[in-house]
Amino acid sequence: MSQHSASPAASHGGDDHDHDIAAHVRTYLIIFGALLVGTVLTVAMYYVDFSSMALTVAVALFIASIKAFLVAGYFMHLLSEKKLVYGVLILSAIFFTSLMALTLWGTGDLPKNSDTKTLYVP
Amino acid sequence: MEIPYTYKARPDTGLYNAKVGIWLFLASEIMLFGALFSAYILLRVSAPAGFWPETALAWPRGLLNIPIGTFNTAVLITSSVTVVLAWASLKMNNFAKFRVYMVITVACALAFLGIKSFEYNDKFSHYVVRLKDGKALTGHIEVNGKHPGFWNFNDQWSVAKLAEQKIDKIKVELDPLRDSHGHVKHGAHHESREISVSDIVSLGSYTPATHPFFAVYFLITALHGLHVLGGALVLGYFAFPGAKMWKSNPEQFINRIEVGGLFWHFVDLVWIFLFPVVYLL
Repeated sequence: MSQHSASPAASHGGDDHDHDIAAHVRTYLIIFGALLVGTVLTVAMYYVDFSSMALTVAVALFIASIKAFLVAGYFMHLLSEKKLVYGVLILSAIFFTSLMALTLWGTGDLPKNSDTKTLYVP
Repeated sequence: MEIPYTYKARPDTGLYNAKVGIWLFLASEIMLFGALFSAYILLRVSAPAGFWPETALAWPRGLLNIPIGTFNTAVLITSSVTVVLAWASLKMNNFAKFRVYMVITVACALAFLGIKSFEYNDKFSHYVVRLKDGKALTGHIEVNGKHPGFWNFNDQWSVAKLAEQKIDKIKVELDPLRDSHGHVKHGAHHESREISVSDIVSLGSYTPATHPFFAVYFLITALHGLHVLGGALVLGYFAFPGAKMWKSNPEQFINRIEVGGLFWHFVDLVWIFLFPVVYLL
């Protein structure tokens, strides 16, 4: 094996490549800011009275989904990924959605834990 | 025979082995956490209406420390951006900067775990005390001048144990009052009260046995915490001993950072959902 020089990644490209990455870095910092704003927004929504639990949950999950999209899309480079990765994730998405759909479907059949006499209550 | 595509991308898929591997692993992780979130939803929905602890087994919404949770969220988001900046630094052939970003990432991971263990400790020393007059109090208890906590788990108290040790009074540092939304009332302050053991029906600390919320909260956050710990170990390895590869095979090293980073972003992603779900909803 040949000896590597002190700058091993020099073969990766010249200035154009560096500019490319520098542009990415700017994007990462913008996303970072957006995620922090999203976090503040998530907490702020807790103090808003939507008078409907369904709406409260929907708003919280909507903000979380946007944050998740930013992390997955930009930090994990999912917006410009190869087909095979999308294939794997589409399967995951189908199974995950099915799991959540079954969960929500099942909630109608749940016994309420209101019969506290039969349950241990400290 | 040499294993092909350990770091060079396979021409047809455009991916190297580890990249396919990490995505398959993350796909299984989505299902693992998905199953636990599903359990959470079922417990949450089956909880009776009302407010805990007045209504036993009602959901204790807003019980966790929101400012601390928010801060920890920011810590994890910061580590997520620094790990991607570490990768970008290598791409720009700046090893020194790479190491700085990796150190910040690992420091954030450890800070997250430190803060989380502080929260755990607080919960383990927090009690719900049900009295014979039907009232329920919550707060930190003190017995014989001692607070039960995380590391002295055997010091947890029950009515039977109090009777056994012939203790007739305990001190409860009461939590500030909450309004009907579970929000801490403005200007609320701590009050300390002495309670006779003979007035107590039952008491339990904020541990999994006490309420389904604590059971599912500790289960999911502890599993997430293990992921944070695992990520910190791997990223710490890449930052120092594993960084030798930068000299021998820079391309493979950059790939390792990318794959390690993908795992780390996933851990952040789980927390993005976990934070509102267990702290706010």
